[in-house]
Amino acid sequence: MTYTFQFGVLAQYQDQILSGIWLTIKISVLSIILGCAAGIALASARSIWGGAVRFLVDAYVEIIRNTPFLVQLFIVYFGLPGLGLRVGADTAALIGMTINLAAYSTEIIRAGIEAVHKSQIEAGEALGFTRFQIYRHVILVPAIAKVYPALCSQFVLMMLASSICSAISTQELAASAAFVESQTYRSFEIYIAVTLIYLALALVLRAALALIGMWLFGRRVARRTMTALPEVQA
Amino acid sequence: MTLKTFGLDQFGFLLFSLQWTLVLTVIALIGGGLLGFAVALARTAQLKPVRIAAASYIQIIQGIPVLMILFLSYYGLSLAGFELPPLIAAGASMTIYASGYLAEIWRGCIQAVPKQQWEASESLAMTRLQQYRYVILPQAIRISLPPTVGFAVQVVKNTSITSIIGFVELARAGQLINNATFQPFRVFLAVAALYFVVCYPLSQLSRLLERRLHVGSSR
Repeated sequence: MTYTFQFGVLAQYQDQILSGIWLTIKISVLSIILGCAAGIALASARSIWGGAVRFLVDAYVEIIRNTPFLVQLFIVYFGLPGLGLRVGADTAALIGMTINLAAYSTEIIRAGIEAVHKSQIEAGEALGFTRFQIYRHVILVPAIAKVYPALCSQFVLMMLASSICSAISTQELAASAAFVESQTYRSFEIYIAVTLIYLALALVLRAALALIGMWLFGRRVARRTMTALPEVQA
Repeated sequence: MTLKTFGLDQFGFLLFSLQWTLVLTVIALIGGGLLGFAVALARTAQLKPVRIAAASYIQIIQGIPVLMILFLSYYGLSLAGFELPPLIAAGASMTIYASGYLAEIWRGCIQAVPKQQWEASESLAMTRLQQYRYVILPQAIRISLPPTVGFAVQVVKNTSITSIIGFVELARAGQLINNATFQPFRVFLAVAALYFVVCYPLSQLSRLLERRLHVGSSR
């Protein structure tokens, strides 16, 4: 192999790469916040009301979890304008990521809620907690603490999956890589560099989530967050 | 000029492309399974450097986007002088992707076999190979079935990413039809429905296996 690597040419495109990194961080953080909030709301709704609400939430979760993220993005970006909703590429990416992440968070938090033992709730009742207090202090918060590492793994996966948004022309990190590639034809170099950036972003995100976990739930949860790898659930 | 509408012919094309999605999934699961199994064994090996190397491999694969694995193997292989058809490039990258995740899943399954099983088989003077062959793996495989089937769902879904390098599978076929018909909502809903038809039964199977497993074990 007589190929000489030239990473030097990439330096002049650092503005594009930096703006790509920034957009990746922005849509990832926003979708994590929105998706996680939606997940908590949906998982709570399905366990509180049951019946039709539970059926609808479960149907939503199953539909999202059994179709590819790319196709969901296509439906949001190309399909919504047909219904009269015109959205830009960045907004479409954010909507798609939030919809996707909400379904996964719902499923993870549901598992946590269902793992809370009945005797805990009875203990809460015996202490004279109101229904709301029981739900908040006995069910929801311990449930989230229990599944927090799994949830964080899903967040990291979502950040990595944001690279797929380049397919609908969102100008995030993968798209800026494609741009630089088209300018310099140094495909291998740019993709190696960008892969390393993604790796670094994944590590930083995991560390940040572990810190948040320490602040919210204490040291034990934080340690599990750092070492947890994506759980593949059925 | 009249545009084509999304009709039976187009749906037929989607069905035809679905088979490439399935072919790619099978390649990824077989290739990724073999490689992943080797990495899982390395991850539980007795030599520490081997364990660290395997762990780093898993961390790296799980820390980068599938899209980047795809681009790197696509451009990397052509740099190395191989002129490969997209199916091979796509298959190679899906294999690498699957191996990183399967290795970690199976490591968990191997380590989930109780320690006493290792000790008991060792006290029967079994070699390491015999321990794996007759004691550990038969139990680990049983544990590994539900998560492995669950991961197959992820593989089916992630094969859609290969459409970005131009491999014509289900998602790419949807794009092509959309370019001809301009009925994105219908086309992509049909594409999503086809993925769902493949993935949902697998998800349910994984759940069923999981429930069976828990009935069987008293732990």
